[in-house]
Amino acid sequence: MSGLGNITKKEIRELLTPATFIPIIVVALIFATMGTSIQGLQEQSSDPPVIGIITEDTSEYSAMALTILHTNAKSVFNSTSIADLQNGLETVKQHDGVAVVFIPKNFTDRISQEEQGTIEVYWIMKGTGIMDSISSGTLHLLLSYINTNLSKHLIEQNTSVNASFVLSPTNRVETTFYKNRQFPGISPNTIAGMLASQSMLIPLVMMMIIIMAGGIVITSMALEKENKTLETLLTLPVKRTSIVTGKIIAAAVIGLILAVIYMMGMQFYFKGFELSVGVNLATYDLVLTTADFLWIGFSLFLALIAGLSLCMLLGSFAKNYKSAQTLTFPITMLALIPMFITIFADFDTLPLAVKVLTFAIPFSHPMMASRALLFDDYLLVIGGIVYVGIFALITISIVVWVFKTDRLLTGTTKFKWLKALKRRRF
Amino acid sequence: MAAVEVKNLVKKYGSLDAVKGISFSISEGEIFGLIGPNGAGKTTTLRVLSTLLSINGGSVTIHGYDLSKQAAEIRKLISYLPEDAGAYKNLSGRAYLQFIANFFDPKDTKTMVQKGIEITDLGARIDDRVDTYSKGMMRRLLVGRALMTNPKLAILDEPTSGLDVINAQEIRKLVKSTAYSGTTVLLSSHNMLEVEFLCDRIALISEGKIIETGKPTTLMQKYQARNIEEVFVRTVS
Repeated sequence: MSGLGNITKKEIRELLTPATFIPIIVVALIFATMGTSIQGLQEQSSDPPVIGIITEDTSEYSAMALTILHTNAKSVFNSTSIADLQNGLETVKQHDGVAVVFIPKNFTDRISQEEQGTIEVYWIMKGTGIMDSISSGTLHLLLSYINTNLSKHLIEQNTSVNASFVLSPTNRVETTFYKNRQFPGISPNTIAGMLASQSMLIPLVMMMIIIMAGGIVITSMALEKENKTLETLLTLPVKRTSIVTGKIIAAAVIGLILAVIYMMGMQFYFKGFELSVGVNLATYDLVLTTADFLWIGFSLFLALIAGLSLCMLLGSFAKNYKSAQTLTFPITMLALIPMFITIFADFDTLPLAVKVLTFAIPFSHPMMASRALLFDDYLLVIGGIVYVGIFALITISIVVWVFKTDRLLTGTTKFKWLKALKRRRF
Repeated sequence: MAAVEVKNLVKKYGSLDAVKGISFSISEGEIFGLIGPNGAGKTTTLRVLSTLLSINGGSVTIHGYDLSKQAAEIRKLISYLPEDAGAYKNLSGRAYLQFIANFFDPKDTKTMVQKGIEITDLGARIDDRVDTYSKGMMRRLLVGRALMTNPKLAILDEPTSGLDVINAQEIRKLVKSTAYSGTTVLLSSHNMLEVEFLCDRIALISEGKIIETGKPTTLMQKYQARNIEEVFVRTVS
C-alpha cells in the first residue's frame, strides 16, 4: 500500500467512531422533524385567510370590497351590524381565522366625497413569532388589493383630480386581540416585529454562553484525561459532587464573562440595523418589569446549570482534546435550534412535535421567557423553570454517578441490572 | 493492625480478568513492592487501592477502613502517584502544590507546601509554569505532591519512571526516608534493582495472580538467585 493510501486508511479508521456519527445523526433527525413541521406551516399559509366580515354599508364601493374579500378569503362569519363584533371574533377564533373586517356605514359616501373610506380590521393574533404573521400577511395583501382596485375604478371613472386620494382611497384602522388583551391602532406584524427585535438579545446571550461555557467544560474534562491529572484529582479527599459543581461554576463564570464581551460588540452591530417603527411598546404595557427580569435571570441561571451538567456528562465520554471538539457539536446545535425557533416562531403556535422538542431543550426556556412574561404567561415560565431544574438535578446526579464508577478511567460501566436482564433472557 | 489488608481481590474489565483473587498485607511503615511484567495487574491493583476502581470480588481494608464502603475516609489517608501522571500546565509548580494542599488542611497549607517544595528541590524553577518543566522536573514535582501531605499510605506506581540515574536515586532516598517517618509505602516497579534497594517485602505478580511473597533476600536464598530478576524468571517458569 502506498504512503498516501496507508495514511488515509489509518485516518478514516480513527475518525470512524460512534462519537463522530451519533451527534450528526441525532441533529439530522431533529432537523428532519422540524422541516416536516415547518412544511405544514407553509402549506397552511398558502390557503385563503379565514376571516369574518361585518358590513354596515351595502353601496357600490363597499360591494366591490366585499367581492374581493369573498373571492379571495374564506368568510366564516357575516353580519351587518358592528354590535355582532364579539360574536364575530369568537367565531373566527374557533375557525382558527385571522381577523374580522368591518366596513362602516359611510364607506361609500366618504369615498364619493373624496375622503378616505375607513376599513376597520380586528386582528386575532395567534403568536408573536415572525412566522406567525404569515397568515395575517395574506389578508394585508387583500386589503391592499381592495385599495388598488378602488383606486383603479376611480381613475377609470375620472371622478377626482386629487391624486393622493385617488391613489389611496381607503385607510385602515387596526386593533389587535392577543391573549385576552386588546391593542388598539396596531397590527400583529408591528407587534411581532417590535417583540422580535426586543427579545432577540436573550436567545443570543443564552446561545453564546452555552456554546462558550459548554466548550470549556467538555474541553476541561478532556484535558484532565489527556494531561493525566484526573486520576490524581479523583484520589484526593474531595467529594465527587464538589468536583462536578466546581467545574460547572467555573465554566459558568467564564462563559458569562465571554458572553458579556461578545454581546457588547453584538449590541453595536444590532444598533446599525435598528429601524424605528414609531411604536412605543410601553404604551401597550409590553415592557418587562423588574420582577420579570428576575424570572428571566433565574430561568437563565438554571438553564446554564442544566446545560453545563449536560456538557460534563458529554465531557466524561471525551478521551482527549480531539474527541472533545466533536462532542461540543451537539451542544452547539441544542443551543442554536431553540434560538432560531424562538426568534422566528411563538411557542403557542408551533406544531406539536416542534413544541415538544422546544420544551425538552432546556436552553429554550430563558429564550421564551421574555415574550411569555410580556403576556403574563407565567405557566410557561414557571413550568419551564421546574422542568429545567429537574433536568439539571437528574443530569448532575448522573454525572456524579459516572464520577463514582470506573467509567471515567476505563471507558466501561458496570450495569448490574442490564447483566441480570441479559442472564434472564439467555 | 495491618496498614493494608487485601483478601482475594478480583478485578475485571468486562470479560477480562485483570486481577484474579490476590491476597497480601502490609504492615505500618513498611515498603511493599508489587513486581511483575506489563499487564500483570500491578497498576490495576494500585488503582483499586487508590479508590479509583471498584472491585468485583474480595475485600480491601486500609487502616481499618473498608474500601468498598469507606472510600472517602481512605482518601484522607492515602496519596497516589500514577505512573504517567501530569500536573495542570497553566499553573506554576508552587501553585500546583498549593492547589493540592488546599484539599488536606486549608488552615495550614504553608508547612505542607514548603515541605513539597523541599522534596521537589526545583529551586527557583518552582515558580515557573509546569509546561516548561522537563520530564524529570515534572516527576519530582509529582513525587513532592504525593509525599508532602504526610500520607499514612503512599501508593507509588513506578515512582522513578522516566528519570535519569541521579534523579531516580534521589527519589528512592526520599521514599526510604518517608517510610522511616512512619508512612507505609506500596509501590510497583519494573526495576528489580530499585526493588531490592527499596522494599522491605515484595510480591511477584504475573497474569493477575501473586506467585510469591517475601523479603527480597529471603526470596533470593529460596530460589538460589543472585538478584530479584532471576527470582522472578524462576518463579514464572
